[in-house]
Amino acid sequence: MYQLIVFLPLIGAILAGLLGTNAFRMMGKTIDAGHGHGAHGGGDHDDHGHDDDHAHHAYPTPWAAYLTSGLLVISAVLSWVAFWQFMHEGTPIKVEVLRWVSSGALNADWAFRIDTLTAVMLVVVNTVSSLVHIYSIGYMSHDPHQPRFFAYLSLFTFAMLMLVTSDNLLQMFFGWEGVGLASYLLIGFWYQKPSANAAAIKAFIVNRVGDFGFALGIFAVFVAFGSIELDTIFSQAGAQVGKTMQFLNWQVDALTLMCLLLFMGAMGKSAQFLLHTWLPDAMEGPTPVSALIHAATMVTAGVFLVARMSPLFELAPHAREVVIVVGAVTAFFAATVGLVQNDIKRVIAYSTCSQLGYMFVALGVGAYGVAIFHLFTHAFFKALLFLGSGSVIHAMSGEQDMRKMGGLAPHIRITWVLMLIGTLALTGFPYTAGYFSKDAVIESAFVSHAGAASFAFVLLIIAAFCTSFYSWRLAFMTFNGKPRASQEVMSHVHESPQVMLVPLYLLAIGALLAGIVFAPYFIGHDEVQFWASAIFRGAENKIVEEMHHVPAWVKWSPFVAMVLGFALAYQFYIRRPDLPGKLAEQHWPLYQFLLNKWYFDELYDFIFVNPAKWLGRFLWKRGDGWFIDGFGPDGVSARVVDVTQRVVRLQTGYLFHYAFAMLIGVAALVTWFMFGSVH
Amino acid sequence: MSGWPILSVVTFLPLVGAAFVLAIRGNDAVALRNMRWAALWTTIVTFVLSLLIWRYFDTANPDFQFVEKLSWLGDTASYHMGVDGISMLFVILTTFLMPICILASWQVDKRLREYLIAFLVLETLMIGVFCALDMVLFYLFFEGGLIPMFLIIGVWGGPRRVYASFKFFLYTLLGSVLMLLAIIAMYWYSGTTDIAVLYKNPNFPAGMQTWLWLAFFASFAVKMPMWPVHTWLPDAHVEAPTAGSVILAAILLKMGGYGFLRFSVPMFPIASDLFAPFVFTLSIVAIVYTSLVAMMQEDMKKLIAYSSVAHMGFVTMGIFTLNRQGIDGALFQMISHGIVSGALFLCVGVVYDRMHTREIKAYGGLVNRMPLYALTFMVFTMANVGLPGTSGFVGEFLTLMGAFQNNTWVAFFATTGVILSAGYALWLYRRVVFGKLEKTSLKHITDMTPREALALVPLIVLTIFFGVYPSPILDVFGASVESLMAGVNKSLAAAGAITAVGL
Repeated sequence: MYQLIVFLPLIGAILAGLLGTNAFRMMGKTIDAGHGHGAHGGGDHDDHGHDDDHAHHAYPTPWAAYLTSGLLVISAVLSWVAFWQFMHEGTPIKVEVLRWVSSGALNADWAFRIDTLTAVMLVVVNTVSSLVHIYSIGYMSHDPHQPRFFAYLSLFTFAMLMLVTSDNLLQMFFGWEGVGLASYLLIGFWYQKPSANAAAIKAFIVNRVGDFGFALGIFAVFVAFGSIELDTIFSQAGAQVGKTMQFLNWQVDALTLMCLLLFMGAMGKSAQFLLHTWLPDAMEGPTPVSALIHAATMVTAGVFLVARMSPLFELAPHAREVVIVVGAVTAFFAATVGLVQNDIKRVIAYSTCSQLGYMFVALGVGAYGVAIFHLFTHAFFKALLFLGSGSVIHAMSGEQDMRKMGGLAPHIRITWVLMLIGTLALTGFPYTAGYFSKDAVIESAFVSHAGAASFAFVLLIIAAFCTSFYSWRLAFMTFNGKPRASQEVMSHVHESPQVMLVPLYLLAIGALLAGIVFAPYFIGHDEVQFWASAIFRGAENKIVEEMHHVPAWVKWSPFVAMVLGFALAYQFYIRRPDLPGKLAEQHWPLYQFLLNKWYFDELYDFIFVNPAKWLGRFLWKRGDGWFIDGFGPDGVSARVVDVTQRVVRLQTGYLFHYAFAMLIGVAALVTWFMFGSVH
Repeated sequence: MSGWPILSVVTFLPLVGAAFVLAIRGNDAVALRNMRWAALWTTIVTFVLSLLIWRYFDTANPDFQFVEKLSWLGDTASYHMGVDGISMLFVILTTFLMPICILASWQVDKRLREYLIAFLVLETLMIGVFCALDMVLFYLFFEGGLIPMFLIIGVWGGPRRVYASFKFFLYTLLGSVLMLLAIIAMYWYSGTTDIAVLYKNPNFPAGMQTWLWLAFFASFAVKMPMWPVHTWLPDAHVEAPTAGSVILAAILLKMGGYGFLRFSVPMFPIASDLFAPFVFTLSIVAIVYTSLVAMMQEDMKKLIAYSSVAHMGFVTMGIFTLNRQGIDGALFQMISHGIVSGALFLCVGVVYDRMHTREIKAYGGLVNRMPLYALTFMVFTMANVGLPGTSGFVGEFLTLMGAFQNNTWVAFFATTGVILSAGYALWLYRRVVFGKLEKTSLKHITDMTPREALALVPLIVLTIFFGVYPSPILDVFGASVESLMAGVNKSLAAAGAITAVGL
């Protein structure tokens, strides 16, 4: 069964990718320039006699979409079956697939390791992925490159499944980079857009910076444990406590080092503070991609990694302090930037970034189950918000700027209601999914004894306020007030087809009910039995228990923050729509600072990108060209030519020159012998 | 499998093919076609025969297999051939790539007969290098290979071919002269040039090892090429015809790494240990420096040539970690790079044949008219970047893992290579393949022909196959690398004991 869950998407990807595009049929043939789109054409002057060449309509038949979506739905159903089993009987399962890398002591095979944590991730990934597939049938119906799109989506799903089912760190790294590849391909899906291409490369490279840390972390784990298989690592983690390891010039605590290096990978993938710059740009990709990859699944891989490695992190309290700080700062930073963004998708992207920060805070304080629970609920409501905004963009004929929206509610009522449900869940309205998980994160930060916990608690409360504000700002700017779009655009506004709405209904159900149904298992009284051996907690880690006994004001504070945020947004965007502009003018530098995302892109260009380019050019022209070649081969050959030319000049052909030279020689020799004989 | 001398047959069969090509009369279209087919069939038969070597190779045996030994040059040198786990796959790689090179040269018209003969002779010499078990024989093959390559670049190359071919020749020859001196010195000291004998008894005194190591290093470092003696490579690649670039990148560069493992490490273990930090330094500089330089290139072939230097940096680093993962990784990286870089040069060749320029600026938006090409190029770009699941990853990862055990500084700087490689490779891909197709010269460019696809598809299959299932390759190395390391450790332990006594 697990083989099916993981490999069905791969099969779909390969079939859709190879057979779906007409690439092979066009081999070596000329295409009319007028056709423009590469993946179809060639039918006009086909001389190879393919039977199906008459089927060249403007848009290819969507069989690739149906195929991949069908396989994904099977996968998703099987995942729920697996999850159901783990809810009641949580014995980890191991499935061997194939040998992979083995070199001396290093041994990493393709194998699945399924426990509760994996089962949760399987459900999240496959559910959201299958819904996004179905949604895309409608959303991408006008795109000539449909098969390619679905191939990428399924490829991504496969890589993500390999990541969450991995039995060793190397396979996890495979999935890790595999999702990075799929993300790169999907962000750059509209390859004619320069901005999409730039965003794709940026995403890949920034992720690689994180992977740099991840790879070093794997090496460190191998040096410490002599193995990179999870079972071995977990069983021997205790023996590493207090041991040190040489890293660069320092002798550092081995567990702290490993955890920090692995966490660097998590920061890259989960777009945490300092490595977050790629996520907002990634919104250049089609919206279903943003929902699947940049909200629900891939970006949560970092959270999964830390939870998976809980046996190490639990024993490395210093590393967890760092996790708390980074998570809290991200939650706060992204929420502040989200306040002023005007692109509907970017607001949600920053919101994702911020929510990931919440999850990391929970991980840092040792409440791994809480973090995964927030991951689980967040997948539903964030995917809902993204797909909902996709529906809005679809209705607005591709417009993403909220300043040009407004007043859409009467035209697309269903989307409006669904978006409101998503907003309520995100802001943590009582008894929606976000209420259970987000408040649990905040409470766990309050009860934690970690040094940075109270710092995190304060930032998370502020971030909760910001979250509520920007979420309602988004809702009000888009759906309420007077329409700001042109007459022509407004006349085209239409509700999305059912194929796009049905996934939204399902996600909305998840956003409303995932919290109340699953809270007892993830963070409630069944949690010890539910998680079983999937996450490890030290004997003194009773945070989930303590979490339920916090003072009332702590329980109420996120709710108050949410209400304040709502009220302020209502005041700004419903009652006094002129206020935001005035406020921005009064605090112009602050507004610019937030609008430009704390100037991180400019800073990185200045520190990294431009110097690297300059250095590359310098090393090429000066290093290789002037120094090595100049003093090496070119210099030597030039000197040889010089010398020979001078020697040539000596050969004058005049006898007296030669005679003169001989005379000097004789004189020199005689002198030499005379002085030589003195000694 | 000892009935007939399979290694000699595989080595010299291409010469028979060359004789056939020579025997074809005339220069009309029929004759040219016959020559091409004769060369293609020769290389295919050679490849199929060489597969028998793999088939009957005993992976558990660390010693030389398929050994042939005939006396030659009196007592001094003998005709001694054989392969072990370290060399066997290089033979297969060579025979495998040759038919692809012939296919890639299908459109060459200028002096076709001489061209094909040069390639077939080169094949013999390259296989000979990997099979030779006598230093004199090795030297002959090793140096002999220079001549056909010199001609290929100098006759069939681009506009600056003469400069490039001389630069290539002088650089490599200079290194080789020192190696010849070292071989003579070794003969004077030990009385034999037989590699297998020297393996059993690697007892050069430590001081002498230092000098011998440096002499061999001079030759192999140029071949690799290591920074700072790498500047011949970009020029040679740029000027060489496509098939020449493929052979240069895929096989000739590997002779340096192979030489380190065949001579430097087992024969001069103490010196290897002594010089390891020096090699690490050069390797790191190569990785970081040439990656940065690669990023700024304006010529596609030059960019790939610089990235080759960076990848070879991983190889030298891996070899001198002197541990299992490092050496396995270095060997795997060499095989994988042979496939991937060869394929990348073929990819450049595809568009060069159409547009006759390698300027990155001249391209853009190729995906619009060449989707199949875009897919192919993407696979190899990703393999070049070292994405897990492609063969490029396994070697890179293993060498880094080896390095980390040895020295974290080395691993730290070398790992930055994974970021930089993503930078230059993806940027190249974006500028050439993605974007709008706006240049008028590209409006009528066509996708890959079946012949081009035939040359590239096997490489795609292998790149992914060995990325997912590298065991067939790693298993071949295992026993030989293990025995190599046992020998090195024994020598180092003995040397340690001596110095300890001396104190």
